[in-house]
Amino acid sequence: MSGDYVPVGRLDDIPPLGGRCVKTPRGPVGVFRTEDDRVFAVDNRCPHRGGPLSEGIVHGAFVTCPLHNAVISLETGELAGPDVGRVATIPVRVVDGEIQIAIPAEIPRDPVPGAPAAALPKTAARRVAPKESV
Amino acid sequence: MTEKKRLVVIGNGMAPGRVLERLFEAAPDAYDVTIFNAEPRVNYDRIMLSPVLSGEKTYEDIIIHDDDWYAARGITLHQGKRITGIDRDAKRVTAEDGTAAHYDTLLIATGSNPFVIPVPGHDLEGVVTYRDLEDVEKMISAAKPGGRRAVVIGGGLLGLEAAAGLAMRGMRVTVIHLSETLMERQLDPAAGYLLEKAIATRGIEVITKANTEAISGDTHVTGVRLKDGREIPADMVVMAVGIRPSTGLAKEAGLDAGRGILVDDTLRTSDPDVFAVGECVEHRGTCYGLVAPLYEMAAVIADQLTGGTRTYQGSVTSTKLKVTGINLFSAGDFADGEDREDIVLRDAASGVYKRLVLKQNKVQGVVLYGDTADGAWYFQMLKDQADVADLRDTLIFGQAFAGASPLDPTAAVAALPADAEICGCNGVCKGQIEQAISEKKLSSIDEVRAHTKASASCGTCSGLVEQLLKLTLGDAYNPLAVQAMCGCTRLGHDDVRRLIKAKALKTIPAVMQELEWSTPNGCAKCRPALNYYLVADWPEEYEDDFQSRFINERAHANIQKDGTYSVVPRMWGGQTSAAELRAIADVVDKFEIPAVKVTGGQRIDMLGIRKEDLPAVWADLGKAGFVSGHAYAKGLRTVKTCVGTDWCRFGTQDSTGFGVRIEKFMWGSWTPAKVKMAVSGCPRNCAEATCKDVGVVCVDSGYEIHFAGAAGLDIKGTEVLTLVASEDDALEHIVALVQMYRETGHYLERIYKWAKRLGLDTVRAQIVDDPQGRKAYFDRFVVSQKFAQVDPWAERAKPEPTQGHVSEFRHFEPKPPSAPARTLEPAQ
Repeated sequence: MSGDYVPVGRLDDIPPLGGRCVKTPRGPVGVFRTEDDRVFAVDNRCPHRGGPLSEGIVHGAFVTCPLHNAVISLETGELAGPDVGRVATIPVRVVDGEIQIAIPAEIPRDPVPGAPAAALPKTAARRVAPKESV
Repeated sequence: MTEKKRLVVIGNGMAPGRVLERLFEAAPDAYDVTIFNAEPRVNYDRIMLSPVLSGEKTYEDIIIHDDDWYAARGITLHQGKRITGIDRDAKRVTAEDGTAAHYDTLLIATGSNPFVIPVPGHDLEGVVTYRDLEDVEKMISAAKPGGRRAVVIGGGLLGLEAAAGLAMRGMRVTVIHLSETLMERQLDPAAGYLLEKAIATRGIEVITKANTEAISGDTHVTGVRLKDGREIPADMVVMAVGIRPSTGLAKEAGLDAGRGILVDDTLRTSDPDVFAVGECVEHRGTCYGLVAPLYEMAAVIADQLTGGTRTYQGSVTSTKLKVTGINLFSAGDFADGEDREDIVLRDAASGVYKRLVLKQNKVQGVVLYGDTADGAWYFQMLKDQADVADLRDTLIFGQAFAGASPLDPTAAVAALPADAEICGCNGVCKGQIEQAISEKKLSSIDEVRAHTKASASCGTCSGLVEQLLKLTLGDAYNPLAVQAMCGCTRLGHDDVRRLIKAKALKTIPAVMQELEWSTPNGCAKCRPALNYYLVADWPEEYEDDFQSRFINERAHANIQKDGTYSVVPRMWGGQTSAAELRAIADVVDKFEIPAVKVTGGQRIDMLGIRKEDLPAVWADLGKAGFVSGHAYAKGLRTVKTCVGTDWCRFGTQDSTGFGVRIEKFMWGSWTPAKVKMAVSGCPRNCAEATCKDVGVVCVDSGYEIHFAGAAGLDIKGTEVLTLVASEDDALEHIVALVQMYRETGHYLERIYKWAKRLGLDTVRAQIVDDPQGRKAYFDRFVVSQKFAQVDPWAERAKPEPTQGHVSEFRHFEPKPPSAPARTLEPAQ
């Protein structure tokens, strides 16, 4: 299903240790760049109170939610520490400096702002190692 | 000014190190000092070699004086240069490479050499002594885990510590000891037996009454052969049978020497211009190999060098074994004798053994095994030769019992006299520690170590020092007071701030590298703190790291629970106008902002703005003359005012004008936590200045400056800083106060907590009582404002902002796979 990858932006558009939000019909996806130029994508809603993870501080392969400081592993989507919970991870890759994430091919051109948080299909929830960093 | 005298020191161990420390404390400018050290390194703590061997510490941990220490005192340190000759007529020493130095006064501190038993095979590869760092490094590299075997010859203090260290490194260790029991010079047979059992439970084999005949091997050690024919296989042999004072150099120079270099009570040798100190010395027939006597000698020499009259009377020593988990204390002499009496307590089940040797009701010797809590108490009696007749019946049960006080663990320490020695390594007594705690307001064991050195070496007296803290501070002592900044470091905020300045660290990666952060790039707790410290400490050089700021400070707006933002324009002193209000109304309409509210800080808050709209909102507000209100910042928030003399019939000063002036002067500055201020025009205090971080209450005679109030999680009225007559003076005081807070505050620590931590008097002393210091704070604030007063909104409303990241306010948008890659545009 590699044909499902769609470009969402360029690596340079995210500073190292930064994050950006991609609006998709399925809901917002957070895309993150680590210091060593690995790229991760996860469901952008914190499992705690739905905070926008892409606005958090990125450290190592973790992001800290800007609302109440939940720490989420970008590699597994799991909450770190004593908290329990997880966000879905989204397959992501970088091709020629372009970030691509795997979401269903039939994207309506008009994203629905604030789309309800539909459950992610199981197949998309697996962790995919980032590839071909620039 | 008279010319400095030249002091040359041969050797750079702990004894001369201590002499120099004391000398420079007493008379920093008296001597030009030159040191020749045969070892190629600075002064380190030899007592701590055992923890280095066992892996509990590293060489860096045990350095006493680093290069900076010597540099700061103008000391010339020749490392790795061995002195080969002393010409006493010419008053000159020469090193093997020809380097020479003239002296007025010479200090010999050549220490001692480990004694190597001259049995066959003693020069084989793999035979090491245990004396300095080279020896430890040799042992560590030989100690590969997995069946490698070591034999330690000598079951004294050093031998046992070496054995325990090697066992912790994974070696199979056998200790060979000539006498019947271990440490027979310090312990009686019963304690020696208990010790042997404890050593055995660590997997270390002990062979007593063992006489070494030869060390076997062709080129490298393969084993040790005993006189009784036993052969013990070994890959390494550690010789730890004793030390010999190193006297060769002194003898060649014609100085009197016996076992050691002979010195009188002033520690002068037979040449009055030559002193000797440390293990190389023989004083009244005794040579010492423990650190406490060396330090006592050092204090006397430093005093003599500065014209004092102190003399050295010899030392009574005590011993503690530094093997983790074994508690052992011994002091004095416990040979049997007709006029001597024993008091002994044995508790086999709990492994406790205590023995006191008395002569005419005075303590002569102490051996404690298993429970050493009363060691200092007994040792003091021994040194004082105090009469214990009245205590005798219960003496062995210890101090708590003798005092008939409840079993309070601090009682033993409380009952000690002020001159009782607490830290044997560094010669620090109880009174010194108590004085330092109360005078310098110390609250943690680390601070006590820093100020007094008590428990800074071997650490076995840490418990006593903690009890002293508890005694002196009462309930105010909180052992957890110094907390690490976060899980990424063991350092607290104070240490980090101090090291940033001391080591001139100017980037976050530099801080993390130099201060040994345990994570690759920190966490959401430490990164914003470090970013602030660097902004505050290096305003002219540091480039703000926006990825280390919370989203509020990155977006210059307050994130709300639904991910939208709120925006608060600055209204100086809470004043506004029809034009400003009209502009705000237009922005609200244009961007369909759902909520508008008046804040507690006399501002207008627009809530529910989408992130991607922020730049356009700012652009419109900017056109009306607004700048950011920094309602999101750890920085200056608002200065509330009342209407003062402009309108109010009670107003005493122009409170509105002054509030506006403060705000225009200070806006844009970053602070450890938010700073809210207010100026009230009279004591009726309509601007509520007495619950602010900094407040001003105007009175007829001038301006009463307040600080350290709180009205959030905590409610607290302010403290009065001072009263000044003019507005200019008031501004200088306020700015200096905030700058002091900027330089010493912990990140996220509000002013009231900061002031409590530092002490209100400390703040007043620096801001009120010291006009020069106040001016210096003020000037530093002015410098930092040059770089801070850039309106972040104007900056980010530009098409290509120079601060922050270009795409911060653009959302990403998925494109169909067929579409060619293109540059992103702001999403609508």
